[in-house]
Amino acid sequence: MDIQNPKFVCRDVRVHYGDFEALHGINIDIADRGVTAFIGPSGCGKSTFLRTFNRMNDTIEGARVSGSVTMDGQDIYDKGLDPVLLRARVGMVFQKPNPFPKSIYDNVAYGPKIHGMTSGKAEMDALVERSLRRAGLWEEVKDRLKIAGTGLSGGQQQRLVIARAIAVNPEVILMDEPASALDPIATAKLEALIQELKERYCIIIVTHSMAQAARVSDKTAFFYMGDLIEYDATEKIFTNPGDTRTQDYITGRTG
Amino acid sequence: MDQIILYILILMVVLTVGGFIYNKNLALDRYLSSRAHEEIGTTLLKGSGWHSQASYHGYFTAWVVGFCSFLLFVAGLYFRNGSEVYDLIWLALVLASGVCIVFLLNRKISPEFAARTWVERFIHFCLIVLSFIAVLTTFGIVLSLLFESLRFFSKVSFLDFLFGLQWSPQTALRADQAGQSGSFGAVPIFAGTFLIMLVAMTIAGPVGLMIAIYLSEYASAATRKIVKPLIEILAGIPTVVYGFFALLTVGPTIRNFAETLGFSVPTQSALAAGVVMGVMIIPLISSLSDDVINAVPQSLRDGSYALGATKSETMKQVVFKGALPGIIGAFLLAVSRAIGETMIVVMAAGRAANLTGNPFEAVTTVTVQIVALLTGDQEFDSPKTLAAFALGLVLFVITLILNMIALSVVRRYRERYD
Ligand SMILES: Nc1ncnc2c1ncn2[C@@H]1O[C@H](COP(=O)(O)OP(=O)(O)O)[C@@H](O)[C@H]1O
Ligand SMILES: [Mg+2]
Repeated sequence: MDIQNPKFVCRDVRVHYGDFEALHGINIDIADRGVTAFIGPSGCGKSTFLRTFNRMNDTIEGARVSGSVTMDGQDIYDKGLDPVLLRARVGMVFQKPNPFPKSIYDNVAYGPKIHGMTSGKAEMDALVERSLRRAGLWEEVKDRLKIAGTGLSGGQQQRLVIARAIAVNPEVILMDEPASALDPIATAKLEALIQELKERYCIIIVTHSMAQAARVSDKTAFFYMGDLIEYDATEKIFTNPGDTRTQDYITGRTG
Repeated sequence: MDQIILYILILMVVLTVGGFIYNKNLALDRYLSSRAHEEIGTTLLKGSGWHSQASYHGYFTAWVVGFCSFLLFVAGLYFRNGSEVYDLIWLALVLASGVCIVFLLNRKISPEFAARTWVERFIHFCLIVLSFIAVLTTFGIVLSLLFESLRFFSKVSFLDFLFGLQWSPQTALRADQAGQSGSFGAVPIFAGTFLIMLVAMTIAGPVGLMIAIYLSEYASAATRKIVKPLIEILAGIPTVVYGFFALLTVGPTIRNFAETLGFSVPTQSALAAGVVMGVMIIPLISSLSDDVINAVPQSLRDGSYALGATKSETMKQVVFKGALPGIIGAFLLAVSRAIGETMIVVMAAGRAANLTGNPFEAVTTVTVQIVALLTGDQEFDSPKTLAAFALGLVLFVITLILNMIALSVVRRYRERYD
């Protein structure tokens, strides 16, 4: 599929865990604005592929990435590139909400503090407020910023984690099944938030829910056993898939 | 041991095992004969109308026989007067009652009898009794400590003991001998204990914590597999070995080193004992801290890395914060271990009850004094001997409180991540 000014360009990306090859040479371009969804049965390598965009695979013992991934034309696996700085540009939200054992305020302020993004308390306050507003959590927590982040509900925790990611001002947000631990109402809120965020960020979301992929994403990539089978506009994938394996998966015959 | 006691014990085992086998087989016979002819040969319980399997009828008999003969055995021991006739009657009684019970219980073997439920009740009962015995023993020890301490405090005032600055428990050796009454101010020896504990924690705290951090966050799986057991070997060294290591190696080294600087330092010092004790409790701190650091979920580390934090930033600000209560708990347990430790200080700290904050001087500790007080040839109810109980009581209360705080801190921390 042709994409104008792609944010990421991946060529022949392979990931090995020890001797096991989890991804067999993926080629894909990811659009700069909007939501790209990765779907596919469990174990097909969606999370593994998602982690190549912020080099989180580096933190896994035994994991190796080969091939090339460029972000805005720059090779993110270049020897000279510090993954720590890359991750400030590419935020990530995980399957299970993982707020730190700190207050709501400190959770959001953590990233900016590490990267030295603000000078003085007033600026930090403003940044925390802005991030929480963008994550749609401000109204619910503004009077209790000092309570522990772990004391919030699951849906609130997941939005807190998004606020935490937004606070370091990333260009990309990766989400790995962000709604799988949430109830339907919290999921709906999260999906609405993704709709808002896509105006500003490049969002890549892994999801198990076909309906969710159809609702929130602009483009969808279907993975199967470590291969990218099909990648197209979401509408096309869900109405007229080009591959029988995609068809089987979205109609519930596999996976 | 008297032979008769041995015989009775053997008899009890024989009766129990015999009762089990006999009634189990009987139950099996009745069970099989109660089934329709074509089914004989299968021993399936389900649908047979029998509540319990044959073996449970056997267990039930064994429990009852074992329990009754045990009671007879204990009662017999209690009333024993040394006569041979008594012993023979005793033996016969155990034998007769056992056999009677086995045969009486024959009648109980029926489809309706819930032997399985009864066995469950017996097991429940035994577990309760056993835990009671453990609790009672602890109570007994505490009570005897308390009791002897009270006798001590009837001779020496409680306040003088707790706040007195002079410790010289030199009392008269024999009742008819004239001598000083001795003074029992416990402050110097608690101060000595505290000083040594401080030295030990100064060594073991940072080193143990760093080891834990290295092992859990930085070391590769292969390194960890080698280093962790090696460190835990330290915990397996008998404390007496540490003791003579302190006395023969560390103490002289410190003294020689001080001499080259122009100071005169005794071989036995708080420093020598404390340093070696510190080495001893390193594995305690490192392995407990390692556990709590590992209990911090990986997802928190991932969250921090994904925000662009480095390993050490993640360690300091997320992992350490999450593990802090557990680490505090580990430190408290180490402190209580340090103040209760005896062998190292007996050998390396000296016996002089100096009230000092200088780690180069010889000091003494509570445990050392207890040893010293009880190993002299004193009358048992002299204040000198009784003082050991008072010291033991105070030490017990301190370590009890420390352990309780430590465990509750650790437990609260565990609950947070479950
Ligand atoms: N840390 C790891 N070590 C070894 N194998 C892994 C690891 N993570 C994932 N895998 C393997 O890689 C494959 C892809 O896993 P993953 O990316 O988690 O799939 P998905 O997210 O699509 O369910 C699976 O076969 C999985 O067993
Ligand atoms: Mg996954």
